[in-house]
This record gives sequence, C-alpha cells and structure tokens, in this order.
Amino acid sequence: MKNYLQTGKKLLGVLAISAALFGTAQAEDTIKVGVLHSLSGTMAISETTLKDTMLMLIDEQNKKGGLLGKKLEPVVVDPASNWPLFAEKARELLTKDKVSAIFGCWTSVSRKSVLPVIEELNGILFYPVQYEGEESSKNVFYTGAAPNQQAIPAVDYLMNDLKVKRWVLAGTDYVYPRTTNKILEAYLKAKGVAKKDIMINYTPFGHSDWQSIVADIKKFGSAGKKTAVVSTINGDANVPFYKELGNQGVSAENIPVVAFSVGEEELSGIDTKPLVGHLAAWNYFMSIDTTKNAEFIKQWKDYIKNPKRVTNDPMEAHYIGFNMWVKAVEKAGTTDPDAVQKAMIGIEYPNLTGGVSKMLPNHHITKPVLIGEIQDDGQFVTVWQTNKLVDGDAWSDFLPESKPIIADWTAPINCGNFNTKTKKCSGQNY
Amino acid sequence: MKLLASSLTDKTYASVLLTLLAVTFIIPLCNWLTPTDSPLHFSAYTVSLIGKYLSFALLGLSLDLVWGYCGILALGHGAFFALGGYAIGMYLMRQIGSRGVYGDPLLPDFMVFLNWQELPWYWFGFNHFGFALLMVVLVPGSLAFVFGWLAFRSRVTGVYLSIITQALTYALLLAFFRNEMGFGGNNGLTDFKEILGFSIQSEAVRSTLFLLSGLALIIALITCRWLVNTKLGRVITAIRDQEARVRFLGYRVELFKLWIFVFAAMLAGIAGALYVPQVGIINPSEFSPLNSLEIVIWVAMGGRGTLYGAIIGALVVNYCKTVLTGLLPDAWLYILGGLFIVVTVLLPDGIVGLIQRKLKEQRA
Amino acid sequence: MNFFSITRYGLASLMLCVALSAHGEPKTLNTPLLEALTAIKQGSMTQREQAINSLVELKNPRSLVILQALLSGKLFICKDDDKLVIGEPNEQTYQIRDAIDDAPLAPINAEQVSKINLTNKLRSQLRKIIGELELNAEQADTRLAAVKAMNQDIDERMLELLKTRLAIEPDARVKQAIENSLLLQKVDSVDKNERIKAIEQLKTQANLSVVNKLKSLIEKDSDGQFAEADSDIRNLAEAALAKINTQLQVYSAIETVFFGLSLGAVLVLSAIGLAITFGVMGVINMAHGELMMIGAYTTYVIQQILPNQLGLSVILAIPAAFVIAGLVGIAIERGIIRFLYGRPLETLLATFGISLFLQQTVRSIFSPLNRSVATPEWMSGSWQINDFLSLTWNRFYILIFCLLVFVLLLQILKHTRLGLEVRAVAQNRRMAKAMGIPTARVDAMTFGLGSGIAGVAGVALSQITNVGPNLGQSYIVDSFMVVVFGGVGNLLGTLVAGFSLGIANKFLEPFAGAVLAKILVLIFIILFIQKRPRGLFPQKGRAADS
Repeated sequence: MKNYLQTGKKLLGVLAISAALFGTAQAEDTIKVGVLHSLSGTMAISETTLKDTMLMLIDEQNKKGGLLGKKLEPVVVDPASNWPLFAEKARELLTKDKVSAIFGCWTSVSRKSVLPVIEELNGILFYPVQYEGEESSKNVFYTGAAPNQQAIPAVDYLMNDLKVKRWVLAGTDYVYPRTTNKILEAYLKAKGVAKKDIMINYTPFGHSDWQSIVADIKKFGSAGKKTAVVSTINGDANVPFYKELGNQGVSAENIPVVAFSVGEEELSGIDTKPLVGHLAAWNYFMSIDTTKNAEFIKQWKDYIKNPKRVTNDPMEAHYIGFNMWVKAVEKAGTTDPDAVQKAMIGIEYPNLTGGVSKMLPNHHITKPVLIGEIQDDGQFVTVWQTNKLVDGDAWSDFLPESKPIIADWTAPINCGNFNTKTKKCSGQNY
Repeated sequence: MKLLASSLTDKTYASVLLTLLAVTFIIPLCNWLTPTDSPLHFSAYTVSLIGKYLSFALLGLSLDLVWGYCGILALGHGAFFALGGYAIGMYLMRQIGSRGVYGDPLLPDFMVFLNWQELPWYWFGFNHFGFALLMVVLVPGSLAFVFGWLAFRSRVTGVYLSIITQALTYALLLAFFRNEMGFGGNNGLTDFKEILGFSIQSEAVRSTLFLLSGLALIIALITCRWLVNTKLGRVITAIRDQEARVRFLGYRVELFKLWIFVFAAMLAGIAGALYVPQVGIINPSEFSPLNSLEIVIWVAMGGRGTLYGAIIGALVVNYCKTVLTGLLPDAWLYILGGLFIVVTVLLPDGIVGLIQRKLKEQRA
Repeated sequence: MNFFSITRYGLASLMLCVALSAHGEPKTLNTPLLEALTAIKQGSMTQREQAINSLVELKNPRSLVILQALLSGKLFICKDDDKLVIGEPNEQTYQIRDAIDDAPLAPINAEQVSKINLTNKLRSQLRKIIGELELNAEQADTRLAAVKAMNQDIDERMLELLKTRLAIEPDARVKQAIENSLLLQKVDSVDKNERIKAIEQLKTQANLSVVNKLKSLIEKDSDGQFAEADSDIRNLAEAALAKINTQLQVYSAIETVFFGLSLGAVLVLSAIGLAITFGVMGVINMAHGELMMIGAYTTYVIQQILPNQLGLSVILAIPAAFVIAGLVGIAIERGIIRFLYGRPLETLLATFGISLFLQQTVRSIFSPLNRSVATPEWMSGSWQINDFLSLTWNRFYILIFCLLVFVLLLQILKHTRLGLEVRAVAQNRRMAKAMGIPTARVDAMTFGLGSGIAGVAGVALSQITNVGPNLGQSYIVDSFMVVVFGGVGNLLGTLVAGFSLGIANKFLEPFAGAVLAKILVLIFIILFIQKRPRGLFPQKGRAADS
C-alpha cells in the first residue's frame, strides 16, 4: 500500500506543478495583446498572414514608443483550426496572460466559439473578416465587412452595369454563405428577379470535384440571358472551381463570377489564367493607389522580408482595428476593457483606400465598397466603387426576422440586439 | 502483451485511481472552500481545462475497452462521443428558450434563421434533462448496436472493420455539416446559457461538471476493470487473441463483440456529454476522422490493453497539446509528430510500459 | 474596313477631331494614331474605351495588330521611356517591338514593362470588333468562331456582313454556320410560311442557339401569356424541341459517365500507391497523403526552375516526383517502419506522426499558403465535341495517365524481378526469406514504389486542385475507402473500386446534391462490406486470413 501511495504522491506532484503552470500570471510592465489565429490545420492558409500582420503592427507601434508609455507585448497562441480550442485559448489569453485585447478568429464558428468566453471575462476581440452579420457583442469589434458592405453593392453592380438577369448563388454550406445568399435572394426578388432565374447551390468545405456543378452552371447560363455567379465559396474549394470553369470554357465575359472570399492572398496561390476578368468585392485592394497604402505595402514587404508577398482586405481590417484600439486606449488613458469599449465608439482612423473609417455604435465600421476585376498578375483593377463610405449594418434589413433589430452600444439603448418594435433587448449574456 | 497484463500490477492501477480520486475531489473542494484570490483557488480556465482532459480520458478508456481488450480497432469512435455531445447540446439549446438572438421561445436561432416553421420531431423531448441524459447513452448505443450487429454478424474484421468505422464517422461528419439536418450545420450548437436552471458559466456549475467528469471516469475505470476480469472479460480477451478458436469452442463471438462495442459507445457518449458543457460548443468537426484517429493515439501512447494507460495517454497528449500550442505555436506539430514516432518505435507498450520497466529495474 | 458606321463611333471620332484641330498641330499620318495610343496608356478605363473606338475609326493598318495585342495581353508600356510596345515573353525577358512602326527593339526585363490592363467590358468590346474583322480572316476556324460569336447578339448590320460573306465563303462548316445564323433570324420574320420552313430546317441541327431560340418561342411571360402568339408555331417549336431533347439526354449521360470516370481516375491515382503500401505490405500508411503532397510540391519547384516551359515542367515533374517521393518513402521505411513489422496497427501511429511532421515541414519551407502551379496550354480548355458535349482536357489526360500508371505498375509487378519478389514477400514472408530473397531490401523497394506512385499522383492532383500543406489530408480518407472497397492486396480491385465509386457519385449528384451523394456512397460502402467482408476482389488462400 505504501508503494501505491508513493506513486500516487509523485503523480499528484506532477499534476500540482502543471496546475501551477496554468495559473501563474506575472505582472510586467508591458501591455499584452493576444493574437488568436490558427497557425496549423486547415485555416492556417489564411490566418498565418494575419498573425504576421499583427506582429508587424505591434512592432511598429513599439518603435513609435509603445502605448501609454509601456511597450506592447504580443502573445501568440495556436488554436490549430480547432473550434473548441479557440474558446480554450481565448480563456488562456484572458485569464493566464491577462491580455488587454485579442485580435483573432477567421471563421464564423471560431468567433461563435470564442464569444461566450470573451463576454464572460469581459475581454475585447477584434474580428477582421467579412462575415454574415446578425450579431453585435459588447466585447467584439467587427472590422471586416457586414453583408451590406460587400454583397449588396456587388449585386447592384452586376445588375446595373453588366445587365445580369440570371443569378447563380453558389456557396460553401455554412452560415456565412447561407446568410449572404438569403439576403441576396430576398434582395433580388425585391428587384423583380423571378424565382426560376435564381439557382442556389451549396457544397461542402474543400469540395474538389466541380465537374457536375460547373456543367449545371453552364447550362443555366446558356439560356440566352446574361448570367452571373455570386460565389461565397470558401478558401480551398476555389482553386478547383475556377480551374473547372476555365476548362469548361466559362469565361468572365459570358458568365462572370463575383467572389467574396477570393483576395490577393488566395490569388497568389492560384494559376490566375482561368480567373482573369472574374470579379471580387472587397473593401480594400492592394492595387489601390494611395500613399498610405504604398507605405503599408512597403512596410509589410520589409517586415516579412519577401518582395513578392501581397496584402489583402483582412490585413487592412486588422490595420484599422489595431490603430483604432491604440487611439481608444490613448483616449481612455487605460486598457481597462469597459473604458476602452466606451472610448472605441466614434474613433476615426484613416483606412488605406483614402477615406476615414469610423467605429459605429453597433461596433461595426464604415468602409468603402470596391469591385475589382482579377488580372493575370493576381491583382485587381477597380471597376466600380461606392462614392462614400458605407456604414456596417449588423442586422440585415432584407431579412424579416432581423429587420426590426438594431445594435447600439451607447446609452440609452446599450444593447446589441434591440428590437425596435417590442423595445426589448434580447439574446444578451449579461 | 500478456506478460504486461499479468505483471501490470494492481499497483499502478491503484495509484492512478487514487490520483484521480484526489484530483476529482481536491480541485472542486478547494474552489468551494477558498475565496477566489487565494493561491489554493483554481481558475475557471484550469478547472474547465482539466475537466476537458478528464472527459477525453473517459473517451480514451472506452476505446481501450474495444481496441485493447477486444481487438476492434475502431477508427470512428469519435462519432459516439460527438453524438453524446450533440444530445446534451440539444438540451442546452432548448434551455436558451426565448433568450436567443431572435427571441423565439421554441426554435433555436439557427432554425429561425433558416426559416424553419416548427421544431423537427427529433428535437422533441430534449427540453427534459432526463430525456437528454437517456439519449446521451441511447443514441450512441443504438448506432453502435445496428452498426456492430451488421458488421460482426458478417464477420468483418481487421482493417476492413477499421475503415468502415471511419466511413461511418465520415458520413456523419458530412451529414451534420448539412444545414438541412437541423443540427446547426458547421457552427453546431453553441452559446449555451443554463443547465438545470444554473448559469453554465457559474463557478459552481463548472466545479460540479468537473466533479462529475472525475467521478464518471473513476466509476468507468472501476467498472471496466471489473468487467475485464469477469468471465465475460476473459472471453473478450480471448477473442482478441484467437477469434477463430473461441468460435470453435462454441462461443457466439459476434454477441460478445457487439456487447462490448455498444457498452464502449455508451461510455463515449457520456464522455461527450461531459465535454460539451465544459467547452461550450459542439460542432461537426468532432466527427472528423482525424479526431477519431487521435483517440487511438492517446490509447497507444499510454499503453493499450491496460485501461489506465488510455487515461494516462489522453491526459499526457492533451496536456502536451495545450502547453505546446501556447509555447511553440510554429513548431508544436514537429514535437507532437516526433513524439508519436518515438513512442511507437521505442516504447511499444506506451508510457505505462515504460513506467513498468522502470519500476521493475528499481526493484531489481 | 468600311463596316464601321459613322453612327456607332461618330461621336468619339468627332470629339477626337475637335481636340486635334484645337491643338493645331501639323497632321502627319501617325498623329491621330499617337493620340489614340496615348489615350490607351491613360489609366482610366473610359478613356481606354474611347481610344479603342478611335483606333478602329482610324483604319490604320496597325490598328488591328495593336488591338489584337491588347486583347491577348501583349501590349506593354516601357517604364523607362513610356513607349508603347508589343512584347512576347521569352525566359525572364521580353522580345519587344515598337507598337507603331513595328521596329524590333532590344529585349527588355520583365520588371521594366507594365502591361495594359483590360476589364471585361473592354475585352468584349475588343472581341466584337476583332470578331467582325476576323470574319474575313484566312483560317476557316477563326471565321467559324467569329460567326458563332456573332450569334450572341446579332443586328441588321451584322446580318448584311454575314450575307456578303456567305456568297464568297469556301469552307463548308463556316457556310453552314452562317446559314444557321440566317435561319435563326428567319424564325422571327413576318411571313408565317418562312417561319415554319425555318423551324423545320432548324430541327435537324442540335446546337445551343437553336435550342434557346425554340425555347423562347414556347416560353410564358410573367402574366402567364405565351410570348409567341401563333399556336401553330408554338406546337411546331415544341415538337422540334422534343426531338432535340432526346439527343441531349444521350449527351448528358455521356457527360456524366465522363465526369464519373475522371473522378474515378483521381480516386484510383490517389489510392493506387496506398494499394501497394497498405494492400501489399500491410502498413496502414497515414502519411500516404503527404507523399502525394510531396509530388505536388515537386511540380511546383520544377515550374519555378523552368517558368517558361510549363508543358515540359509538368512532364519532367512525373519522374522527379516519383524519385523524390520514392526516396522519402524508402527513408521512412528504413528509418521507422522496419522496426514495426508484425505490428500493423502501430504503423498507423508512427505514420500519423510522420504525416504531421511532413505537413509542418512543408509549412516551414513553402509557407502555409497554397502555391500556384500553372496548367500547360495543352491541358487547359476542353475538347468541344459539339455545343452540348465537351470533355475537359485536364481530366481527359488525367484519365489516360491513370490508366497508364496502372498498366505500368501491373507490368512491373508481373514481369520484373522486383515484382516477383514483392509478390513473394507479400504472400509468405518467411518462405520468401528461406528462398533467399532479401526481404529487407524488397520491403524498402516496395514501400519506395508505393510512395513514388503517390508522388506521381501528386503531380496529377497539382493540375486540378490546391497545392498546399493540407493537400494530403483531403484525399487520405477516400484513398483508404477505395482500397478497402476493392479488396486489400488486389490492384485490379482498386481500379474497379475507384471507377465505380466515381461513376456512382456522379450519377447520384444531380438528384441528391454533392454532399448527400457522398454520404450515400459511404453508406453503400459500409453495407457492401457487410455483404462482402473482404471487398470486391477478396484475396484467396492463406494470406487472406493473416
């Protein structure tokens, strides 16, 4: 029995040490910034760049003398494209490392997974990717596009400038394409497009065999009316999709594809020949000719030590988000989350496309909408843009159930989910 | 292997059991007795993290029962875990009630969003905790029963069995991804609020869940150990070693296999049910074949066919993962990959085998 | 080139004239050309559009050359002297000629020129203009394409053009295409008899514009009224459509079979290497996908070395990928797997570790981003059999390639010494050893062979999908399914399994959708294994029980 006890004690000792490892928090004279992007697994393709962007921005800020007289210290963790791990890592960042803000997440499900943790521990998350909307949390600042800042203007462009009459809404089967397509379907019907002129198609993640679907699109588009594809196809599935389009002879001139998830970074990994002329709608293009943008591109290339690397929309979102946070912390004079959350609203910071983005009371920002055509060098030529910045709308006006809902984090409403009809605030955790 | 099983003394078993007991009770007790700022107080992060490890350990244990003792290398064991998780997730979703984003008293948000007019039939009953608990064991159990009945009756064995279990979890993965299935698609079930009327984020609930995970693991360990030492257990081990001979001796091999497979699936379901409220999300990626493969690795790493080996393996691998993804985000896959190679080549009996050897050397 | 009516481009040229006279410069022959070309160099797309119109107006013999260069992306601006040049890429440099006087200039570095960009609008404008010019081109194929392109939106002026061309057209195919276009127009004529005649004649021709035309005749508008008032014409069109439709169904079935075969080819290619390492050697090789990934990255590296010879680089990549993946395979076998024989399940563990390791290595070397592997010209596009049936070249080549690899592998196993030894060791290791076969060396070679073939499969995959660190993971599960479904240890089984799963998948897809089709196939595999617990072609004899 004594022996068992001894082994047991040993094991217990090991566990106690590890528990101590989890729990320690050291007070240092730095402000910590959490970076929560997947560095391995399926999402590493997109998210690694954002981690590097954050490190560059923090580095740059430290060269300028840090923040509130302290140095900024990045804390990088790898949630490994595993959604529950995102929540765990967010908790680790907030309780163990005591970070002042987290910059992270890419997929909607990772954000949804982190959300309860951030809200419970009253952290701050900057989310840099275009998303489906239908959310506004006190603790999250959405620096990517809401559907009205990407999808609707793109469809307007196709309808008015390219005279598109038939629509294929193709997407990966998850919440962002579902929402976007639902909004677009409602929008198109409101514009008088008949049901038989809309084809909706969903495919699983990483779908690689597009032969039948492209053949269907081709058939759908050969009915004599101008047809366009609105693509919310996610990441990896895009390459085989465009290759198949090109090979089956669907060119941008007869059936243009407008994509919401294909940017410079994705294009750098694709043979661009079959894509030339296809469209994408974003809030930033690397090809935008402003001095701010030129500076940013140079900074990025120098930092990453690779003259061929490209910049993209989510990077700009982090650029805006990070600088807004810096400004808000300076304004509040502290990194205390409540004070910073309050200070954030109304903060303005020049974006890279020549305008000044502003943080709105619904925690979304104002952005220009740009439509670009893909060139064979993997860059975009802007063919259309909004003449002023568009306000991000958290709750779509085109969906009946979210039409009466607004988000406003200023007094007296102070709610991310306020029903203007019933005057009630629902779905909140606090 | 046989040598290991016999000399693997009850000593290690007992110490594992004692450690588990200690951890299970000390952590919640500390949290109940001490104030939040005391050094003896474990943070919510630690509690839910170790709680998660414990539910993984239970999952590993259940796999060890079928693989280590019955020789069925199930590459789809994660499916049962995920189903158990979904069952409890559905209960937690129903508990949200009208506090959802769209404020619908009956339908979860994602259904309102997809314009579903009424609750699908398979969501009925999940507002009762007891019903959900029943489903936690019944759903994985009956899937395992149907699948096992088909497979074992027609004597599918070896890699064929492994691969079709993988096909099973892969098919479920694809199915649960579909939004039309009514399980929330890729986002799965999340944003839980309450369990039995208590806030799921409260410390008391967290400690209780932790305590339950620990207790479930301990009870399962004791039960499994008892089971493998009964006559039934002996037959099962015999099937692992010489299936044909056992059959010639007149045993209905398929029934024994079926029985153990269903039992293990139920255990996995319980593990899933404990896991979900602690991590706050269940989504189809739990069905991914890679996740199931990882369970096999925990067991192999700890030492298969020993029960507590699976527990040690699950704890060690997951602890490494937690530490490494924080410390070495760019290189942790090298270390984890390297660890698997080293363990298989140099430690054929896993960590437990190593401990045994060391103990023996000490004695000598 | 008198076909450009003044009404069309009048405004542009008028404005140009005004601008020119305002400058009061002496008019040399090339001044307006220079003006237009300067406008083309301007950034704004509207200016470019006008400049293209004025280029056409100028009727300068250089116009067509410049416009064609613009459309094919060969018109550049020299960054140094702002000169407009037409360039052909040649290695790292460009062979350039002056756009205006066609004088050859010294070759220039790729960085020193910037290409003039186009948008879709400009591109289709250009194509139309060039198309009209090309109606009188030398090659019959070019003319045929020009006629077909005109069908998109035809107007009176074009009809006249077509009619003039018909009188002098020597080529029968082009002639028929023109006649077809004219017939289509006749369907809309006022004379009912003429219309009926036109439909009767069209009935025999199954092409897209005919089908669309006929469909438009029987369509209802939003009020539920027929667009076509005359019911005789409607009935006639319906009958014609029904006749064409049966033909279309046959085409669509052929297409589906082709889709299925090509999906099957990908499955077979990715599974066949595994059929050796897993099927013959019994190693549950989880790193198989990563060996394919190595093959794909080899293609990428070779393309980086030979950037201007895409075709050659892909062909060179095949042996290179075989050798590299094969060597990696041999290293894995010698370094790790040989310690694990007799413990097949543990090979799963070790190879899973290897797969994580290889993935992260690729991430460290090539970055986690996908790499761009270009498709050579002869593998892009499709083989257009008729308007409704076309087979894409890349899939077609992969299908052929898959069969070649399979036959070659079978020959190696059947007719070489290595093959004999491999089979001997697989059937009875001890006996083989007793007969003096160096089993250790054979093991290494077998594993190398399987890995090499995985590498070759990677080359094929690089042509249809992403080349990135996750490439392997997305194929590994399917590969195992195929091997097991076909029967472990049986190469023919793998082939049959791959193709039948591919075809089944593609026939289910139209009814069930992509996801459900896949689920159904998986369920089918599970149930099939219940019926035949050892796959399609079970191994017979002693080895089967081990």
